[in-house]
Amino acid sequence: MENIIGLLVALPLLGAAVLLCGGRRLDRTGHWLGTILAASSFVVGAVLFADMLGRSGDDRTLHQFLFSWIPVGGFRADVAFQLDQLSMTFVLLITGVGTLIHIYSIGYMEHDERRRRFFGYLNLFLAAMVLLVIADNYLLLYVGWEGVGLASYLLIGFWQHKPSAATAAKKAFIVNRVGDMGLSIAIMLMFTTFGTFAFGPVLKSAGDASEGTLTAIGLMLLLAACGKSAQVPLQSWLGDAMEGPTPVSALIHAATMVTAGVYLITRSGAIFNGAPDAQLAVVTVGAVTLLFGAIVGCAKDDIKKALAGSTMSQIGYMILAAGLGPIGYVFAIMHLVTHGFFKAGLFLGAGSVMHGMNDEVDMRKFGGLRKYMPITYVTFGLGYLAIIGFPGLSGFWSKDKIIEAAFAKGGTEGWILGAAALLGAAITAYYMTRVMLLTFFGEKRWQPTPSPDEPSAEPAADSAGGGEMPHPHESPKSMTVPMIVLAFGSVFAGGLFSLNDSFLHWLEPVTGHSHGHSPLSALTVTLATMAVLVVGVAIAWAQYGRKPVPVTAPRGSLLTRAARRDLLQDDFNHVALVTPGQYLTRGLVYLDHSVVDGVVNGTAAAFGGLSGRMRKLQNGYARSYAVSMFGGAAILIAATLLMRAV
Amino acid sequence: MSTAVDVHNLWTMAADPVEKIPAPHIEYAQLSPTLIVIGVALVGVLVEAFLPRRSRYYVQLLLTVVALAAGFAAVVGLAAGGFGGAKAHVAAMGALAVDGPALFLQGTILLVGLVAVFTFAERRLDPAAHGNRVDSFAAQAASAPGSAGEQAAVKAGFTTTEVFPILLFAIGGMLVFPAANDLLTLFIALEVFSLPLYVLCALARRQRLLSQESAVKYFLLGAFSSAFLLFGIALLYGYAGTVSYAGIANVVEGRPGSVNGALAGTMGNDVLLLIGGAMLLMGLLFKVGAVPFHMWTPDVYQGAPTPVTGFMAAATKVAAFGALLRLLYVVLPGLRWDWRPVMWGVAIVTMLVGAIVAITQTDVKRLLAYSSIAHAGFILAGVIATTQDGISSVLFYLLAYSFVTLGAFAVVTLVRDAGGEATHLSKWAGLGRRSPLVAAVFAIFLLAFAGIPLTSGFAGKFAVFKAAAEGGAGPLVVVGVISSAIAAFFYIRVIVLMFFSEPKPEGPSVAVPSPLTMTAIALGVAVTLVLGVVPQYFLDLAGQASTFVR
Repeated sequence: MENIIGLLVALPLLGAAVLLCGGRRLDRTGHWLGTILAASSFVVGAVLFADMLGRSGDDRTLHQFLFSWIPVGGFRADVAFQLDQLSMTFVLLITGVGTLIHIYSIGYMEHDERRRRFFGYLNLFLAAMVLLVIADNYLLLYVGWEGVGLASYLLIGFWQHKPSAATAAKKAFIVNRVGDMGLSIAIMLMFTTFGTFAFGPVLKSAGDASEGTLTAIGLMLLLAACGKSAQVPLQSWLGDAMEGPTPVSALIHAATMVTAGVYLITRSGAIFNGAPDAQLAVVTVGAVTLLFGAIVGCAKDDIKKALAGSTMSQIGYMILAAGLGPIGYVFAIMHLVTHGFFKAGLFLGAGSVMHGMNDEVDMRKFGGLRKYMPITYVTFGLGYLAIIGFPGLSGFWSKDKIIEAAFAKGGTEGWILGAAALLGAAITAYYMTRVMLLTFFGEKRWQPTPSPDEPSAEPAADSAGGGEMPHPHESPKSMTVPMIVLAFGSVFAGGLFSLNDSFLHWLEPVTGHSHGHSPLSALTVTLATMAVLVVGVAIAWAQYGRKPVPVTAPRGSLLTRAARRDLLQDDFNHVALVTPGQYLTRGLVYLDHSVVDGVVNGTAAAFGGLSGRMRKLQNGYARSYAVSMFGGAAILIAATLLMRAV
Repeated sequence: MSTAVDVHNLWTMAADPVEKIPAPHIEYAQLSPTLIVIGVALVGVLVEAFLPRRSRYYVQLLLTVVALAAGFAAVVGLAAGGFGGAKAHVAAMGALAVDGPALFLQGTILLVGLVAVFTFAERRLDPAAHGNRVDSFAAQAASAPGSAGEQAAVKAGFTTTEVFPILLFAIGGMLVFPAANDLLTLFIALEVFSLPLYVLCALARRQRLLSQESAVKYFLLGAFSSAFLLFGIALLYGYAGTVSYAGIANVVEGRPGSVNGALAGTMGNDVLLLIGGAMLLMGLLFKVGAVPFHMWTPDVYQGAPTPVTGFMAAATKVAAFGALLRLLYVVLPGLRWDWRPVMWGVAIVTMLVGAIVAITQTDVKRLLAYSSIAHAGFILAGVIATTQDGISSVLFYLLAYSFVTLGAFAVVTLVRDAGGEATHLSKWAGLGRRSPLVAAVFAIFLLAFAGIPLTSGFAGKFAVFKAAAEGGAGPLVVVGVISSAIAAFFYIRVIVLMFFSEPKPEGPSVAVPSPLTMTAIALGVAVTLVLGVVPQYFLDLAGQASTFVR
């Protein structure tokens, strides 16, 4: 069975190669090819899953060795795969949600003339992401890690004719480089410490390394996770990444790629378990980000950016859980999967709304859409209920466990983390209710879209400016079917996972699990969560449900304004990093001009001058050439004789 | 007392009736490469005498190509027959060696000659004169430049088809030169290939005065250096009582054979050996263009017809370095501690002077001349290694370098304006915009000269420097690398000039050559890239061919 693991990567990779190299003749059929290959990869994953279920818990890990990639002396890097329960979970999520989003994109990108290329990039992403999770060593994981970064870059900037998209792609890439540096340093540290970077040996012998080394590796891995998963302080790229087509936001920037950091930390659990300081850093990052993202999500009027803030916040929950150690790993992954369903569903819903509203993203210009887009309304609504943790739906099961685990951390830490997680739940309820109300309820606040020919200087509120009123309509089947499937996941996945703790038993052989001692009973935590949920929904209802919503955003409080600017993340980066960086480069350029160039040019000038003088010897007279030869011969003879004499 | 008697005997013996001279034993088959080339050259002379003018060009071209190809086939046959290794020996009564280095160099020279013939035969570059297609050579060499006779010859459509047999004679001499196993053969071979070259240099169709001036300079200085060489031979004979390489080597190593009574007073006198050896070296260093015997190079390279320059720059170096290697490795190995320091000095000065003076050159042919001087220095570094690797690296370098050189000069023939070839560098500005392919090809050659990886120049330089470093000449390698850095400047400056300068409105155009020159250039590019990307096969070949027979 292990021989087909490679197909998981090979199929979408083949699709990417064919679609990107195939040229125009594939324009008409390319999207089907891409979708079929993604689906085939899912089928392979399902077959492997069925096979895996047939074996007992400790015997489920499969290995496939393809070839030795870089064998140089003691350095050995293999292309080999490892498929265990953790990888399997990801493979099913990635290929499953990926296939749905391929199908959705067929409708969504129908009128884009570069659709074939889009599907090629999507396939490339799938291949890289699957490689990331089934690699059996950190170096190969790094290949997948960079591969998804590349695919993300290409897809964010897919509409490269928009300067904002091109800039956003660049920003995502550059910020991710910082994280990638962390991963590469971590891999180097592993190699010097353990002499290998294969998961098996590294994780097995992690206990033998000193705590200092483990802390260093852990912090570097955390840096990598922060970059890829948009965690504070490397969170700034995710909001801008919404410039990409919405299916991309759903697949890459909500359901799968951004969770790679959670995978990395969970996979490296053995390292973090031996480094409490690194774990503290992880939970701190998680807690800060879950609040940060939630606050940003409250203030955004752009539906996709609000959802992006939410993504950041939910991944904060996962990172927090992963940082808790064995009491949290399983719940981090469980929340990751349920989040994959409901967040992808929410994004696809948002895409469907935009599809019907002439690509408008400002929620203040939506309103009352539930009558016009019933399927979108229902599926989005189920996703909404899932994310806020409505009892019985997916988010309820997974988030509740994380909050519980946070309290179970124990001591002051536990209280702080638990409180942060609870507060986050309240804010989540608030901003998601806000999104829901602004989009589907209340009055119609639709505005005519400015016609692309004449850029209107007037604010869009001036309806006399011409343009076309949107005619919201339900999206085609290719878009609604994936939404419906994902809605099922949003509703039932969490319950299914929690039934008899099935998910816990499934993952436990890989990640390990311990229960911890919560100062609060499970029931207390659940009740508290329900209470904050109700509070959050109620505030949102008071603000947006009871009174009409102004089309132009009010000025708002200081916090609101800061949150609209993503809590000044870009301003901070500019002051703290960009400006000093510019001064540094200016200084270096000056140094280069004055000192380095001075030496180089001086040398060149010296040789030039020497050359000019020496060429004068070449005067064109045969007689002086003969003299030179004669002198040369004399010196040659004299030197030879002298050598003997000495 | 006995000396006087011996001298008397010398006189009286001459008075005796002449003994029958036994016919020398000649292994014709093993000398076939040389014999084929020289033989066809003689046929070429007859062609000039008896065939009508119209058909001479085609007949001569065919004969020359066939001769060179047959010669090369003979070399390959000999190498395949084991003469490069186990069966290597000295043929023709000790006059010529048939061994690995000789066969490798002869093969290289024949290939170089074959490619050079293509550029010699090119007749589409120069605009047709009075309806006749013409090549790079003077209509009638004997007529004075600018005279009425010259004009008549041009009008009649004469061409100097004699260049083909002359070229063959030169190649014949070059084939013997690296194989020569005694000093007299060496000297004769030197003259056999030098004299045709002097003539070829004087044959340019355009700028004939410059061409003739260069030929006269080359001839005068060549004669001067030949005198040194001959004097050196005489001194060595005085020292060893023989001109054969093996005989001299034996005496140097203190195992003299029969003592010639007349020379008893001088034999074994190291002063004679040292002075004679130095003079011999000087004669060869002149041919390879090493400083301070290099001054003819720029003038001659500039004045000679460009196809001749390309041939000369490539083939002469191969032949002369071959002879130098044999001299140093077979005759004077016992003297290693005397000549090595001197050659160190020559190599260092050659590398530096070649690279530095090239910086300020403004004519592309002179630039390439100085570049060839610098390369002579690099090759000397390999010669000085005095190891097996030294020999093989030099052999490889010569093969690589000669094809780059041929190709580069072939490209020079293409860039023309109203006055013929536009060799002033300022005219090459912006060539890359106007003729990207030609400029790109020239850039490949320049990069190879500079020794950039993936070109043959890198592989060659690496091999030579590696051998030199392992042979204990580390400082020489340091100087070599510094010189390479200096040299890279002017090579890359030309590339910058071609690709990053605005073309001049009145700039030259690139002529479309016949398939002949195209083949020559394509072969140059192919060899440059093949030897650069997969050098190992050829390095192995050179390694197998690196044992001198004695």
